[in-house]
Amino acid sequence: MSDTAMNEDLLEHEERKSLESREFGFWVYLMTDAIIFALLFASYVVLSKNSAAGPTSKDVFDLSHTAGETALLLFSSLTFGLATIAMSLGRSGRVVQWLIVTLVLGLGFLAMEMIEFSGMIGQGAGPETSGFLSAFFTLVGTHGLHVAFGVIGICVMIGQVLAKGLTIPVRSRLFRLGLFWHFLDIVWIGIFSVVYLPGVM
Amino acid sequence: MTIPRSILKNSNHFWTAGLLGICFLLQGCGISDAPILFPKGPVALAERNLLFTAFAVMMIVALPAIVLTLYFVWRYRRDGGKGAYTPDWDSSWKIESVVWLVPAAIIVVLGTLVWQSTHRLDPYKELVSDQPVFRVQAVALDWKWLFLYPELGVASVNELAFPADRPLSIEITSDTVMNSLMIPALGGQIYAMAGMRSELNLLADEPGVFMGRNTMYSGDGFADQHFKAHALSGDGFSSWKDKVAEETAKLDAETYLQLHKQSTANPVTYYSAYETDLFNLILRKYSPIVGPYESKAAELICRGAA
Amino acid sequence: MLGRLTIEAIPLYSWVAMGGAAVTVCGGLAVFLLITYLRAWKVLWTDWLTSVDHKKIGIMYVVLALVMLVRGFVDALMMRAQQAIALNSEGYLPPEHFEQIFSSHGTIMIFFVAMPFLTGLINIIVPQQIGARDVAFPFLNSVSLWLTAAGAGLVLVSLVVGKFSTAGWTGYPPYSGVEFSPGVGVDYWLWALIVSGVGSTASGINFIVTIVKNRCPGMTYMRMPLFTWTALCISVLIAFAFPALTVVAAQLTLDRTLGFHFFTNGDGGNMMLFANLIWIWGHPEVYILILPAFGIFSEVVATFSRKRLFGYKSLVYATACIAILSFTVWLHHFFTMGSSANVNAVFGIATMIIAVPTGVKIFDWMFTMYRGRIEFHPSMVYTIGFMVTFVIGGVTGVLLALPPADYLMHNSTFLVAHFHNMLIPGALFGYFAGLNYWFPKAFGFKLDAKWGIRSFWFWFIGFYLAFMPLYVLGFMGMSRRMEHYADPNWQPYLIVAALGALCILCGIICIAVQLYVSAKNWGSARDVTGDPWNGRTLDWATSSPPAPYNFAVLPEVRDVDAFHDMKIHGTAYRPPAHYEDIVMPRKSGLGPIIGAVAFVLGFAFVWYIWWLVALSLVLILICIGIRACDDDTDFVMPAAEVARIEAAHLAQITPVDMHDMRDFEPRGAASGTPLAGRA
Repeated sequence: MSDTAMNEDLLEHEERKSLESREFGFWVYLMTDAIIFALLFASYVVLSKNSAAGPTSKDVFDLSHTAGETALLLFSSLTFGLATIAMSLGRSGRVVQWLIVTLVLGLGFLAMEMIEFSGMIGQGAGPETSGFLSAFFTLVGTHGLHVAFGVIGICVMIGQVLAKGLTIPVRSRLFRLGLFWHFLDIVWIGIFSVVYLPGVM
Repeated sequence: MTIPRSILKNSNHFWTAGLLGICFLLQGCGISDAPILFPKGPVALAERNLLFTAFAVMMIVALPAIVLTLYFVWRYRRDGGKGAYTPDWDSSWKIESVVWLVPAAIIVVLGTLVWQSTHRLDPYKELVSDQPVFRVQAVALDWKWLFLYPELGVASVNELAFPADRPLSIEITSDTVMNSLMIPALGGQIYAMAGMRSELNLLADEPGVFMGRNTMYSGDGFADQHFKAHALSGDGFSSWKDKVAEETAKLDAETYLQLHKQSTANPVTYYSAYETDLFNLILRKYSPIVGPYESKAAELICRGAA
Repeated sequence: MLGRLTIEAIPLYSWVAMGGAAVTVCGGLAVFLLITYLRAWKVLWTDWLTSVDHKKIGIMYVVLALVMLVRGFVDALMMRAQQAIALNSEGYLPPEHFEQIFSSHGTIMIFFVAMPFLTGLINIIVPQQIGARDVAFPFLNSVSLWLTAAGAGLVLVSLVVGKFSTAGWTGYPPYSGVEFSPGVGVDYWLWALIVSGVGSTASGINFIVTIVKNRCPGMTYMRMPLFTWTALCISVLIAFAFPALTVVAAQLTLDRTLGFHFFTNGDGGNMMLFANLIWIWGHPEVYILILPAFGIFSEVVATFSRKRLFGYKSLVYATACIAILSFTVWLHHFFTMGSSANVNAVFGIATMIIAVPTGVKIFDWMFTMYRGRIEFHPSMVYTIGFMVTFVIGGVTGVLLALPPADYLMHNSTFLVAHFHNMLIPGALFGYFAGLNYWFPKAFGFKLDAKWGIRSFWFWFIGFYLAFMPLYVLGFMGMSRRMEHYADPNWQPYLIVAALGALCILCGIICIAVQLYVSAKNWGSARDVTGDPWNGRTLDWATSSPPAPYNFAVLPEVRDVDAFHDMKIHGTAYRPPAHYEDIVMPRKSGLGPIIGAVAFVLGFAFVWYIWWLVALSLVLILICIGIRACDDDTDFVMPAAEVARIEAAHLAQITPVDMHDMRDFEPRGAASGTPLAGRA
C-alpha cells in the first residue's frame, strides 16, 4: 500500500463524515427556507383582501391553469423519486433519464407560471397594483425562483452524473437536490390551498 | 375605568412617598417639571403609580443582587479576602430553588398587576365621569397636528383646547407617516397611522397648559412637532370657543390640501369651520379597497391635488 | 449606464459630510499603502483572506467589529455633541445629517459590531471547546465572513457615495418607503442588511451542525461549556429569526424598487405587518447579541473565581428558556400600536417571564464567586461591572414590559437608556471580557492587564454618565431622535451625557493603547502552555495560538470542566503513543470573491445599475456552481508533520509554567465520586 492509497482511504472516511454533516446542514437550511415561506404566507394572508382599486382574487385566479401547474410539479416530484431509486440501484443511465424527465416537467411548470404572470400583468393585475397582488407575486414568485434554481441544479447534476458517475459526493448532492425538490412540492401544495383555493371560493 | 381618581388610593403609599422624596431632592435639576413623575391627570397618575409599584416590587430581587455581588467580590477577593474557599462546590438545591422561585413569585405578582392594569388603563376605554365626554379628532401631518372639534365645528393646528372638567376622548389618524400622539402630563401615547383609527382617553385634574408632541420620529421637522394642550375652565373654554369661531379662515378641502404640504414649526392656526366629515375622508384616502367618491371634496382629499 | 449614480452623489454640500467621506477614503488609502509598503499583499491573500481556518476567520471577524466600533462610536459622539448644544438652535448638524447619523449608529452597532464580534469569538473558541478540528463547513464559514464584510462595506461606502438612511435602524415604513424617503439612503441600509443577513444565517446553520455533529468523544450535551451552549442556542435563534429579516427587507426593497405595496400608505399596504415581521427577527436578535456574552461571563467567572461554575444545569436550562421565550415577546416593541388590552397584557407577561431565567443566571454567577478566590483580571472586572449594571437594565426592562407604563415611556430617551443598558454591559462588556480572556489563545501572548482595567473604568463610568441622564430625560418627556429641543431643563442632562460619551472615548483609546502596548511587549507576556489563566474548558488544552488542526489527537472528555479534569489527573500535556494523518480543508479564494461580488451586487441595486446587477448575479451563480462541482476540497497533513508541531509545542512547556492544582480535589472515577453533568 502506498501513502497515496492510505490518504485516499482517510480522505474517503472524512468525506463520508462531512457528507453526513452536509445532509444534516441541508435539513437545517430547508427549515430556514420554510420560515421564509411561512412569513410570505402570513404576509399574503394579511394582505389578501387589500385589493385597493385593482382586481380581487376572484378576478385573476384561474383554477384550471393552476391545476395544470400542480400536476406538472407533482409528477416532477414523482420522477425525481424514481431517479433516486435508480441511484440506489446504481444505474446512472436511468438516473440521467429520470432527471431529464424531471427537468422537462420543471421547465413546463415554469413556463405555465410565466404565462400566468404575464397574462395577469397584461390585464393590469401586476404586483404594483395593490397589496394583495404584491403579496401574491412575491409568494408565488419566490416559489418559482426556487424552482428555477432547482432546474439549474438538475442541469448541473445531470452533468456531474455523466462526467463522474455515481460517486459518493455526487450521490450526496443528488440526495440533497431531491430534498430541495420535494420541499418545493410541499410549498406548492401550501400555495394551492392557501392562495388559489380560498381565492376563488 | 371606574372612577379614575380612586386609583391613587390603591397605590403603594410608602414607596411613592420615598421615591417622590428623592425626586424633590433633585428639584434643582428641573425634575419638578418632569411630567411623568408629577402627572396632572388621573390616567398618567395611575400609569406612574404602576411604574413605581413595579419598581418597588422588583427591588426585592434587584437590591440583593447588586449588594450581594459587591459583597461577594469584596469578601472573596484573592488578595486580602477573608472568606472560606470551596473550589469544588458547584450546586445547592436550596439556593437554586430560592433563585428560581423568588423571581418567579415576583413575576406572578407583577403578571397579575399587568393583566389588571392593562385592562383598566386601556387607552381605548372611555373614562367614567359625571360630565359628558369631550370628543376631539387629531390628524398627524408633516410636521404638525390638526385637531378637529366635532362638537364645536371648528379646527385648530398645533393647539389643543378642551374643558378641564370633562374627560377628553381623542380619535387619531395620520395623513402622513406613522406618528404617535402624547401629552405626557395627562397620560400615555398611541400611534397615529394612515387609514387607521386609534383612540386615546385622557382627563386633566384641573385647568392648565401641558406639552404635547409626536414622539415617533417622522422626518426633518420632527423636533418641532409639538403643541400646547390647554385644559380650560368653563369661562376660559367659552372664550377660546368664541375666539376660534370669529376666525374667518375655514378648512375646506382646498385649504386642507394646502395644510397637508410639509411644513416645519407651524404657528398656531384656527379655523371656524371644516369640511364635512373630514376625519373620515382622511381615513378613506388609505382604505384597502377604493370605492367611488360621494362628493367632490372626497375625491379632492382622497386623490390629492390633481 | 450608471443608473441614478451621478457626480452629485459625492457629498460636497456640507463640510461635516465631506469630512466623514474624507476620513473614510483616507483611512482606506492608508491601509492600502501600509499593506503595499509592508509588501504584505501576498501573505494577506494566501494566509488570511482565503483562509478557511476557523481561528483566522474568527480573528478577521473581531478586527471588522473593532474597526466598525470606532465608526459607530464616532456617530454616537456626534449625536451627543449635537444634543448637548442644540437648545433652541440648530446645533452644528442639520436634521437630515443628524438623522443619517442615528440611523447608521444603530445599524452599525447591531449588525457590524455586535454580530461580527460575537461570531468571531464563537468561531475562534467553540470548535476548541467541543474538541473539534474545525467547523462543519469551513468554506461556508469564509463566505459568511465576507458577506458580513460586504454589508459593512456598503455602510462605509454610503458615507462617500450618496447618503445613508434617515429612517432609523429599524426603518419603519411608510417613512422608509419610496414616497417619503426617495433617495438611496434606505436602499443602502436594506442591502447592507440583506447581504450580511444571508451571511449570518449561514453562520447559524454552520454552528448548529458543528456543535451537533463535531463534538469529541465524551462531550455530551450536558458537558458542553456554557459558551458553547449559548452559541448553540443563538445559532438556533439565528436560523429561525434571520429569515424574517431577509423577508421583511426584501419586501421593503420590492416596495421601494419595483413599486410593490407591502407597507405603503394606501393601495392595500399594511405598515403594521412590517412592525411585526421586523420584531419577529428583532427581539430574538437582542438575545442573539446577549446570550454569547452570558456564555463568556460564565466561563470567566468560574476561571477567575478559581471555582467550579455554580448551577451548571440551571444555567443551561435558563439559556434554553430565554432562547425559546425570545420568540414570544416581539409585540412589546409596539404596545402603543393600539392592540387590544388582552393582546398587550399577554405579551407584557411573556416579556416579564424572561426576567426569571435571566435573574437566575445573575444569581448563579454570584454563587460561583461565593467562597471563591476572585482575581481581578480585566475580563473578570468587566464581568463584575456587567452584573451590577445589568440588573438596572433588567429592572427598567420589566418596567417597559408593563403596557400602561410603556405608554408613558415608549419612544422616549428612557427606552434609549434601557436598551443601551442591556447592550453595553450585557453584550459589549461580555465581548471585551472575551477579548481579554481569549486574546492569548488567538495570538499566543497576553494583553496588558493595566490598560485593560483602565479601559474598563472609563467604559463603566462613561456608561453611567451617558445613560443615567437619559433615564431622567425620559421622565421629563424627552423623545428620542430629537435634533434640537426647546426645554432648557433638558440641557444639563444632555451635557452630562456628552461627557459620558467623552469618557467612553477614553475607554476606546485605552483598548487601542492596550493592544499597542501588548503587541510591543509580546515577548515578555507569551503564553507557552496554551493555558494562561488556569482555565477549565477544552479550549485551554490546545497550544496558543493553536495548531491548524487544534487537537493532534481528539480528546476524551469526562467532565464539564474537561481540561481542569485532565490537569488534576495529570493527563494534560502528555504526548500520545502515536500521531495520525489529519484531513484539513483547503483554502479557497471563492469566499472573498463571493463577498466582493455581493458588495458590487448591493451597490448596483442601490444605484439601479441593472447590467451590473445581472452580471453580479451570474458571477455568484458561477461561483456556487464551481464549488458544487469541486470534489477536491481537502488535503492530508501527514502524521510526521503533526508530530513535529506537537513536539515543538510540548518542548516549550516546563514544570514552572504549569498551574498548581493542589487546591482541587480529583473528581470522577479516580476519586470514586460520580462526575457532575453526566448526560
